[in-house]
Amino acid sequence: MNMPFLDGVLFIGLIFSAIMTIRSRPLTAALWLAALSAVTALLLYRFGAPEVAVIELSVGAGLITVLLAFAISMAEDESMPASIIPRPLAWLLIFVACGLLLWLILPQLPGMETLAAAEAPFIIQVWENRLLDLMVQIAIIISGVMGVLSLLGESRQAAKPQTEAQP
Amino acid sequence: MTFLQVAFIGIIALLGVGLYALLAGRNLIKAIIALQIMTKAAILALIVAGDAVGRVNLAQSIALTVIVVDTIVAVLALALVVQIKRRTGHLDAAQLTRLQH
Repeated sequence: MNMPFLDGVLFIGLIFSAIMTIRSRPLTAALWLAALSAVTALLLYRFGAPEVAVIELSVGAGLITVLLAFAISMAEDESMPASIIPRPLAWLLIFVACGLLLWLILPQLPGMETLAAAEAPFIIQVWENRLLDLMVQIAIIISGVMGVLSLLGESRQAAKPQTEAQP
Repeated sequence: MTFLQVAFIGIIALLGVGLYALLAGRNLIKAIIALQIMTKAAILALIVAGDAVGRVNLAQSIALTVIVVDTIVAVLALALVVQIKRRTGHLDAAQLTRLQH
């Protein structure tokens, strides 16, 4: 099967957005990450996953970008300190890790295309076959909200002694 | 080389870019952004593999779980980053060597 032209362009856009994301300062990086999410959503749609594409677009390009911009405006730290490990060593580690992944995955892929089988619709998959996942997701969302609330509550408590000490 | 192999090369390259940002960066917000990049690579790998074997709906339901968990991790990490900035005055991961302040 030949790679469709549009998918190729989208993959190049994906890598370009990722490189621009890691090269930019935090606020600009948040915007490039939104572009990366949009391209990812397009690719997900092209690969036959429209439901996840919509969620990725709204969460990845919307919610996460807003939260990142909010956190950057609160933290007000645009510094880009030098890396802990030398950059050549980091590149070497990346090449070894990616090379290992390619070596393990690529030979297995031609056989995967012959495994095609009938499956249940998305709604049945989510609400019946993977109900346990859904329950875990609800628990994770609740614990996440409680975690954020406790962190905000902690900051309020930390700020209180200062305001009491002022008069 | 098949389309699937080229797609996975792109996905692994995206994973590599995210991993490099995680290894080479010291700014905590950039570390969260690097984690986001790596998660997008994982979601794409799930959907591409699911599409290849004709089980894209199963892949979508798993990807949905990944997106939810990733979002909660990002929200909690950002809340922690704001707290770290308030308490220490910086976001340099290399200087966070003590648990007490």
